[in-house]
Amino acid sequence: MSAFKVIQPGLLTLIQDAGRYGQHRIGLTNGGPLDALAFNWANRLCENPVNSSTLEISIGGLVLAAQTDTYIAATGASIPMKINGRDCRFWQTHKISEGDKIEFGFASSGARAYLAVKDGFNFAASFTSSSTVVRENIGGINGGKLVVGDLLACNRITQASALAVPEAEIPNYPSEIVVQVILGYQQQSFDAVQQRLFFSSDYQLSDKVDRMGFRLQGQQIKSSLNGILSEGICHGAIQIPADGQPIVLMNDRQTIGGYPKIGSVIAQDTAKLSQLMPGNKVAFEQISMERAHNINHLARQRYQNVAMVNIA
Amino acid sequence: MHVEIAGENSLIIYFAEVTDPMVSAQVQHAMLQLESSLAGHLIDMVPSYASLLVIYNQFSTDHYFVSACITQALQNLSSAQQQQGKVVELPSYYSTESGPDLQMLADNAKLSVEEVIAIHSAMEYRVYAIGFAPGFAFLGEVDPRIAAPRLTTPRLKVPRGAVAIADRQTAVYPAQSPGGWNLIGRCPTRMFDATATPCMPVQVGDSIKFKAIDRDQYLALGGEL
Repeated sequence: MSAFKVIQPGLLTLIQDAGRYGQHRIGLTNGGPLDALAFNWANRLCENPVNSSTLEISIGGLVLAAQTDTYIAATGASIPMKINGRDCRFWQTHKISEGDKIEFGFASSGARAYLAVKDGFNFAASFTSSSTVVRENIGGINGGKLVVGDLLACNRITQASALAVPEAEIPNYPSEIVVQVILGYQQQSFDAVQQRLFFSSDYQLSDKVDRMGFRLQGQQIKSSLNGILSEGICHGAIQIPADGQPIVLMNDRQTIGGYPKIGSVIAQDTAKLSQLMPGNKVAFEQISMERAHNINHLARQRYQNVAMVNIA
Repeated sequence: MHVEIAGENSLIIYFAEVTDPMVSAQVQHAMLQLESSLAGHLIDMVPSYASLLVIYNQFSTDHYFVSACITQALQNLSSAQQQQGKVVELPSYYSTESGPDLQMLADNAKLSVEEVIAIHSAMEYRVYAIGFAPGFAFLGEVDPRIAAPRLTTPRLKVPRGAVAIADRQTAVYPAQSPGGWNLIGRCPTRMFDATATPCMPVQVGDSIKFKAIDRDQYLALGGEL
C-alpha cells in the first residue's frame, strides 16, 4: 500500500481535516485543526482541496517512514524536521521517495504543526469528516491518536509543484498574546467592574490544556448566575465556572453546557491561543461583531491574494 | 424571548428560562423555519431546553440578515401548530443488579424499589437536548418523587445502556463513560451507533417511554451484564 508508516507517534498526533460540521444535533463536536491558518497553508503548499486530511502534530516527536513517492509540506510551530537526517524547512514542499525517514523534533516556539501530503491522506470520513475526536472515539484511525505501526494511506505521486510560502506571510508564534473577544451569551451577568477586571488583567495558560478547552489562571471574575439551563456552546466561547477562572472552549468542546459565558474569542485568535505553552501570557481585548467580520474578511482576502513562491 | 450574540458567526435565541414541553416545541419549530429561511448560510444549529444556537457562514451572510430571519421565525411561532415528535419505547431492565443506585434512591425517596420502577416507567419523557457525548439524550422531566441529586463522586465507568436519573432528568448512557448520575437499570437498545442510519433512535422533540423488562428479556434483546 502507498502510505507512511508511523515509527513514533510523538506526544499527540491526530488526523485532522477541516472539521465536522452539521452534526451537533446528535451530540458530535467539530474537531478539526486548532490552528486553521497553519492547516490551510500546509494543504495549499500541496495544492490540495481545502478539506484534505493532514496530521496535527502537538509539540513534536513524530517519526514516519515513507513507503511511497510523494510530496509533503509542514507548517505551524517551529519544530525541527529532518528527512533522512538532513534538516528541512517548514513552509515549503519537499519531495519524498520510498524509504525516506521523516523525523520531527520538539517545538521551540508554538505548539501545533501540520503535515500535509500531496492529495491528502486517504481516510474514510466518519459523519462527513476524517477529523479525530478522541473523546468521542470518532474519525481518524478507529477514533484514536496515532500509534506505532499505523499506516497513513496516500497516493503515489511523482510530479508536483515545488512551492514555498512567502517569508512575509510566515507567522511567528509569540508567547504573549492578546485575544479578541466579542461580548455575548450571559455577558450581562458580569457587571461593569467584573468586565473591566476581565479585560484589564493578564492571564496565564494553565497546564490544563486540551482540544476541548484551554484553562487560564489569573484574576477571578464573577457572574451573578451560578448556572444556567444547558445551551449550545459555540467555538471560542469563554466559560466562567464558579472558581472565576476562564476556560476558552476549543474544537473538541462539548456541544452543550451550563456554565455562564462572557463572550467568545474569534477563531483567528483561538488559533494563536492553541500555539501557546502552559505558563504563557494571555490578555483579552473586547471588539465588536462588525470589527470581527472586518478582521475575518480581510484575513481571507489577504490569504487568497498571496502568490506562492515557486522554488523549483 | 430574546436573541444574543454568541460568537463571531453565531447567535443564540432564548425562548424562556424554564424547562417546559411548550418551550421545547417552540425551539423545534423555530429550528425548522430557520432551516429553510437560512438555507445555504447555515453551518449548524444546537437546540437545547429553552434555547437555539444558530451558527452561520460569515462569508456568505452577516448577523443582520440572520437576526432578521430569526425575528421573522419568532413572529410566526405564535400561529404555529405544535410539532409532534414520535414516541419511542425503550425496554429497561430495572433491578439492583443492573441499577446499583436503585435501592439507595428508593430508600432516600421512602419508596419501595417496585414503586420507583413503576413511577419511572409510567411517564413519557421528552428529548430536550442531545449533547455531553454522542447520542446522549437529556430526557425530562421525571416525577419529583424520584428526582435525585448527582452522586458526590462521579463513577469513572458507567456502562453503555445504563438508565439513570439526575435531578429531574433521566437518560440512557449511549456508551461507556464516566458519569455522576444515579443508575437504576439497563437498556439493551443502542442509543448511538455510528454505523447505523439513523445513528440514534430519537431526536430532540421526540419522546421516550420506558418499558420494564425482566432479566431474561434483557439478555434475549442482546443486553449485557
